[in-house]
Amino acid sequence: MIGVLALQGNFQSHLNILEKINLESLLVKKSEDLNRVSGLIIPGGESTTMSKLLVNSNLDKKVKEFSKKNPILGTCAGAIIMSKNSSDKRVLNLGLLDMDIDRNAYGRQVFSFSDQIKIIDGENKSNCEVLFIRAPKIINVGNNCDVFAFRNDEVVGVKQGKHFAITCHPELMGNTKIHEMCFKKNR
Amino acid sequence: MTKDTFKVKVGLAEMLKGGVIMDVTNVEQAKIAEDAGAVSVMALERIPSDIRKDGGVARMSNPHMIKEIQDNVSIPVMAKCRIGHFAEAQILEALEVDFIDESEVLTMADEHFHVDKHPFKVPFVCGARNLGEALRRVHEGAALIRTKGEAGSGNIVEAVRHMKMITSQILELKSADLSKKAEEFRVPLELVEQVEKNQKLPVPNFAAGGIATPADASLMMQLGAETVFVGSGIFKSQDPSERAHAIVKSVAHYHNAKDVLVASYDLKDAMKGILMSDIPEEEKFSNRGD
Repeated sequence: MIGVLALQGNFQSHLNILEKINLESLLVKKSEDLNRVSGLIIPGGESTTMSKLLVNSNLDKKVKEFSKKNPILGTCAGAIIMSKNSSDKRVLNLGLLDMDIDRNAYGRQVFSFSDQIKIIDGENKSNCEVLFIRAPKIINVGNNCDVFAFRNDEVVGVKQGKHFAITCHPELMGNTKIHEMCFKKNR
Repeated sequence: MTKDTFKVKVGLAEMLKGGVIMDVTNVEQAKIAEDAGAVSVMALERIPSDIRKDGGVARMSNPHMIKEIQDNVSIPVMAKCRIGHFAEAQILEALEVDFIDESEVLTMADEHFHVDKHPFKVPFVCGARNLGEALRRVHEGAALIRTKGEAGSGNIVEAVRHMKMITSQILELKSADLSKKAEEFRVPLELVEQVEKNQKLPVPNFAAGGIATPADASLMMQLGAETVFVGSGIFKSQDPSERAHAIVKSVAHYHNAKDVLVASYDLKDAMKGILMSDIPEEEKFSNRGD
């Protein structure tokens, strides 16, 4: 069963994707919910809000502990929270991925857009239509991280060990590819 | 790459789900809201309860004041334009606000037509009292619907009425003649068919108008709201920061009464509030714009 962190954000669209690929899911609101799942999605939303709620419910430490054995997928705000550094003290960085990321790096909502990205899954490459909503940018990829998604030459998705993070929203376009890579093939 | 698709607009509304959007009138309040965990702030010169008290024509806020707030918080900043005032909306778009609320709280600029929201890159939120109003606004291009409630009243009764009305009207579609409904709502049949099939509005559905306590927020979430707007309720209370924190927590954990209890425990007095019977019909904000 895969958990979807449901403190704030578009957790519902991730539940829909998990259903599409026949994975059971559970909304994670409390630290004890993590005992029942074998993977976790940190969805998009406001990273400041999610950071506050994670810390207030002691879920931050619990998620870090959980990450030692289980895969975590972060989209947009989720990627910010999983990163090593986002240069903003209002936001929690769990340091699950060796990368630096900049919040709202494309600008305000009028600069949000949809676009194609390229996803690399071993030998296979595929295109995927996604939304970038007030999206962050990955500005530095550490030695421990591998890139798995590009928008033209720009890095938009990285993985490290079992964990995946992407700066945009494949789930809002109904795309299941990354969820499958993280929770089905990633064993 | 495209920048103007409807999905991109609705995308931001999706990101605001499960959160609290707070009315703020200056940088200090905006920072309190952000620090409390607000997902967005609505920048306006006067909160609805003061607009009600002061009277006169209520217009779009001073852009300078909105800009100051944009410069000082990292969360999305919304602002209001008058119903039908597309030039105010253009200015707010040029200012790069993240969402425009075409709001009944301001004085109406056009008594017959709302803004045609499709040509804008910035998404719009509009209020609705019933399914017909909600679908007309979506057809005009709104990316997010909120209940009108009765802004500035501190009284939840109208928001409850509007949320339940929309929910029951969606359910009723199952056994209704959809062509007749489309005619009654003055929207294309396909839109009504889509709502009947999904049993859900085509865009997110938030609550607004009269939310003053963590319990009010929990009530609206349990009635099906996906996020709440809190206007006068926070900064007209005796403890804005504590109340803002408490309402954020209550929305995140609305299904768990113990969490809402803990969040409510040490709060001081909420805003006083007004009875609907004490607001003359012609002064009700929710009657503006159909």
